[in-house]
Amino acid sequence: MKNQKRWALLFFLSPVVLWLFLLIVLPHIDLLVMSFRVEDDAGKMTWSFSNYLNFFEEPIYWLTFVRTAIYSILVTFLTFVIALPVAFYITKVVAPKFQGFLFVLLLLPFWVSELVRVYGWMILLRESGVINHFLTNLGILRQPVEMLYTDATMILGLVYTSMLFMVVPITSVLDSLDNSLIEAAYDLGANMWTILFKIIIPHASPGIVSGSIVVFMLTLGNYLTPNLMGGKNSLWFTEQIYNQFIASFNWNQGSAFGFLLLVLSSLVVWLGLKLTRQNLRKVVQ
Amino acid sequence: MIRTLPTSNTYNWCFKLYVLLYFTFLFAPLVVTCVLAFNDSQFPSLPWKGFTLEWFTADLPERVGIFNDQINLDSIWVSFRVAFFVTLLATTVGTCGAFLFEQEDFRFKQGLYFLMLCPLVIPGVILGISILLFSNTLGTYFETNLNIDVELFRPGFWLVVLGQFSFIATLVTLVVSARLKKFDRTLEEAAMNLGANRFEVIWYITLKFLRPAIIGAGAVAFLMSFENFNTTLFLVGYEATLPINLYLQVRDGSTPVINAISFMLIVGTSMVALANLYFSRKGE
Repeated sequence: MKNQKRWALLFFLSPVVLWLFLLIVLPHIDLLVMSFRVEDDAGKMTWSFSNYLNFFEEPIYWLTFVRTAIYSILVTFLTFVIALPVAFYITKVVAPKFQGFLFVLLLLPFWVSELVRVYGWMILLRESGVINHFLTNLGILRQPVEMLYTDATMILGLVYTSMLFMVVPITSVLDSLDNSLIEAAYDLGANMWTILFKIIIPHASPGIVSGSIVVFMLTLGNYLTPNLMGGKNSLWFTEQIYNQFIASFNWNQGSAFGFLLLVLSSLVVWLGLKLTRQNLRKVVQ
Repeated sequence: MIRTLPTSNTYNWCFKLYVLLYFTFLFAPLVVTCVLAFNDSQFPSLPWKGFTLEWFTADLPERVGIFNDQINLDSIWVSFRVAFFVTLLATTVGTCGAFLFEQEDFRFKQGLYFLMLCPLVIPGVILGISILLFSNTLGTYFETNLNIDVELFRPGFWLVVLGQFSFIATLVTLVVSARLKKFDRTLEEAAMNLGANRFEVIWYITLKFLRPAIIGAGAVAFLMSFENFNTTLFLVGYEATLPINLYLQVRDGSTPVINAISFMLIVGTSMVALANLYFSRKGE
């Protein structure tokens, strides 16, 4: 009996340990090690901080980093502002018989590849695109304008891509909000804004936090959307990493950038959890 | 405010309009992509020049439909194979993970659980580069010290499979764990009393109970693998997966063939998604 138990444990433990150590722990240790290695004049690899010094000395690098971080925060905030009313509508306002249908409708676009969604926006927005076609035909625009490749469209694309990860957690927390709380507040004379800030948002905060963490992290690490919708001006930090790895073939510099991005992303996740006193286990469920 | 409270007409209409706008925003890019797949024009744009199926079926010098477009067909096949192996690996290891964290006890369980969640908060790009680095380190080590050239350590098919598996397995673990939590363990005890050993119990009882969750997680794993871009980007060799291949085409200008592929992807994934949803509802 005891022997059997040991075998069961070993049977379940070994694939999981192999997975986590070979594909997660060791590669990330390697990433850290590589970021401190640099080729010296003789062509030998030595230990050095210079990959990190490069980052701080070259304004284009750290400016891109800061820009990516700030835009990711902006995207997270916008996603929240757009998602909250939708989640509220589906859980509290719409007739219950449509609830399930609307929720499925909400999820459906996100099953489709991110690339297809971004491509859809590209044919909508570009100079020869669908929106320009309608606007010029209606006489609103005299000439088609290029709407792609600006910061605004890049943010639009990022908000669109990450919407799901905000709507779903907020919908599920609002589902558990007791309607009588809102009714009571209403009977006591509270107006809409008071109810929103005193009841709805405090109750929804676990969902908001987990949504925000996921959205922030995904936006920060996104490569596809900034690259295709922001064009050459997108200056997203993942593109710097890609350039170092694939274009310049400077893997050590790229590792340093990668590690910095990982630190930023982990820091924000940790901070978000600390501020709201939650743990990772609860958030991912 | 809510259903039970009196509300003004303006409030209701504004809210309805907002939600309508939101859904338009959600579906506009997909609908436009699908519609333009059938436009009889050299470019995926308006004006509408008539309905055609040529972007699917044609094999003309100036127009090659998707069914005759060998490069794209190859990449779809690569994606299918990658997704198949990722699903197989991720469901197996993920199910082991679920059993491990729900039913077993050992030292450092909390630590390992935390580690298992990590792939969810590591950006896909970072996962891609660190696995690339590590496989390269291993490859160089094997080559210089043991004089063996290991194909697996070079960017290519199997590295893509491993890279995608590394985070999709976490997802499977979470989904299967959630179902395993609801399992009534007295059933196991009953089977044990009747003389079954641990593995027989798992095989004949627990796994039967978990089957809907495992199938659902497998479907999600398949879709996630099929459309993964960020991690794959760094690990791909000469066999490009569909998203990588589409990306290269979209970046360098586009033809309605991409719309035709997108149309098939949208229809295909929607069907898998709806089937998955239907069966998971039925399971409850």
